[in-house]
Amino acid sequence: MSDDLLDLTAAQQAQRIAAGEVSGEEVFDFWRERAAADELGAYLWVAEENRGGTLPPVAVKDLFCVEGVPSAAGSRILEGYRPPYSATTVRNLRAAGAQVLGKTNQDEFAMGSSTENSGYGPVQNPWDRTRVPGGSSGGSAAAVAAGSAPWAIGTDTGGSIRQPASLCGVVGMKPTYGAVSRYGMIAFASSLDQCGPLTRDVTDAAILLGHLQGRDPCDSTSLGIPEGVALPSAERLDGLRFGVWGLEEEGVEPGVADAVRATIAKLEELGGAIKEIDLPNARHGIAAYYVIAPAEASANLARYDGVRYGPRDEADGNLTSMYERTRHDGFGDEVKRRIMIGTYALSSGYYEAYYGTAQKVRTKIARDFRAAFEQVDFVVTPTSATVAFELGARTADPLAMYLADYFTVPMPLAGIPAISIPCGLSEGLPVGFQIAGPAFSEPRILDAAYALEQAIGFEGVPVLR
Amino acid sequence: MIDRDQVLHVARLARIELSEEEIARMPPELSKILEHVETMNEIDLEGVEPTSHVVDLVNVLRDDVPRPSMPRERALEQAPDSADGGFRVPSPGGSGS
Repeated sequence: MSDDLLDLTAAQQAQRIAAGEVSGEEVFDFWRERAAADELGAYLWVAEENRGGTLPPVAVKDLFCVEGVPSAAGSRILEGYRPPYSATTVRNLRAAGAQVLGKTNQDEFAMGSSTENSGYGPVQNPWDRTRVPGGSSGGSAAAVAAGSAPWAIGTDTGGSIRQPASLCGVVGMKPTYGAVSRYGMIAFASSLDQCGPLTRDVTDAAILLGHLQGRDPCDSTSLGIPEGVALPSAERLDGLRFGVWGLEEEGVEPGVADAVRATIAKLEELGGAIKEIDLPNARHGIAAYYVIAPAEASANLARYDGVRYGPRDEADGNLTSMYERTRHDGFGDEVKRRIMIGTYALSSGYYEAYYGTAQKVRTKIARDFRAAFEQVDFVVTPTSATVAFELGARTADPLAMYLADYFTVPMPLAGIPAISIPCGLSEGLPVGFQIAGPAFSEPRILDAAYALEQAIGFEGVPVLR
Repeated sequence: MIDRDQVLHVARLARIELSEEEIARMPPELSKILEHVETMNEIDLEGVEPTSHVVDLVNVLRDDVPRPSMPRERALEQAPDSADGGFRVPSPGGSGS
């Protein structure tokens, strides 16, 4: 019975549970054993208690607060922290019948594109264990790709769901800002952070998003997706217009460009119309992002001071030095770097030149998309310019790491949703295809992605048996 | 672009102690990042409004109805140190407490 659970999507497993062919407890046990046997570094904690459920259990990125369960956002500064409450998303999933399978490894406070910035060690890519899984939701992506989780959730601030999904050959979606509650999600950059699904296929992503989304009185920026999320079913794309961006950008690997071009040809075969578009300001996305995100992070991370949670270093016995030493010991290199950038950008005399300018660039990028959506229904791009890179290849060069998010950063800056689906291989490694749409167009993006997924027929999950 | 003194100043603002090695490494690293950041000045931003929130939302106020909050002991449970129903910290002045 149970070995073939590995071959089923989460939706198919839920059908078997509903039909009484397998119990929720059996499914939970199966995945708990798979998760406990993980050798990629994808998990930081695996559930001990079998809670069954009418849906398969979900692997949850470490930064989601789960009551009584270690939730450290991949940081040593929250080592041992067990929150007294659960994130709204976790509560929503439980209410829908999906329990927490485990907590997945991530870049510390979601700052990174390779999961090498975790305070608890890196994650290996199941396609090639010498390579990164992407990040920051690298543990969630690797777990789904390796078959140690049926599905997972992550967060995306500048690409942290879509880029690891791309590098691991799974589906990942960043919803519209406000579609999903951020309550109980350990904050990185509050004007950008969104929770979303990482799954084996588009149908699973739609199901998970349907349970995640919704207005939450505990997050005043949450709206939900007004029309809800239906199961995607489109077979054709007739009448839909796709704007292609980014294939000519510097740094796109030839193999990635080839796979993306072949996918664009499939869009046409399905009846879609293709048009080249330009997003002239989007190429400044990384520059604006590396002001806005660190600035917001420097404020959000001020709370980690050794007073309310996490370890404390009070060797000097004085309050200020307790703060300074606790933060010195607890934060990793990348987090310190971003706090420094953010604090500098917000400091007296620099605010307007950096933060003020970056917010104007944000307006320009949002206008680029608005102009594009007057001509096309969707914007499509490579998700990542490259396939998964070698572990250690970019750790010495922060800027090279930042540029890994070149194609994924403009969407959160504009607040719009986007999905990455696997579209083929280059050098034996997965390539992701990104589809972005206007705010709250998730149902249409999922439908288009579903039709395309059927046409691509990607069978790449390298389930480690 | 960012020198050692600025690094020390910003670290003080951010309440982070840096090791000598970090103080040596930060100026070139942060300067390189800021150099890239400044490419955004190539864009003509004359008359452009800044975006502080991507979704057009107006604050919706709920009725102010009292309800029980998290019990104090529960909120203190994860603290490194607590006493008399509060978080305990070292003395702000001098060493020792």
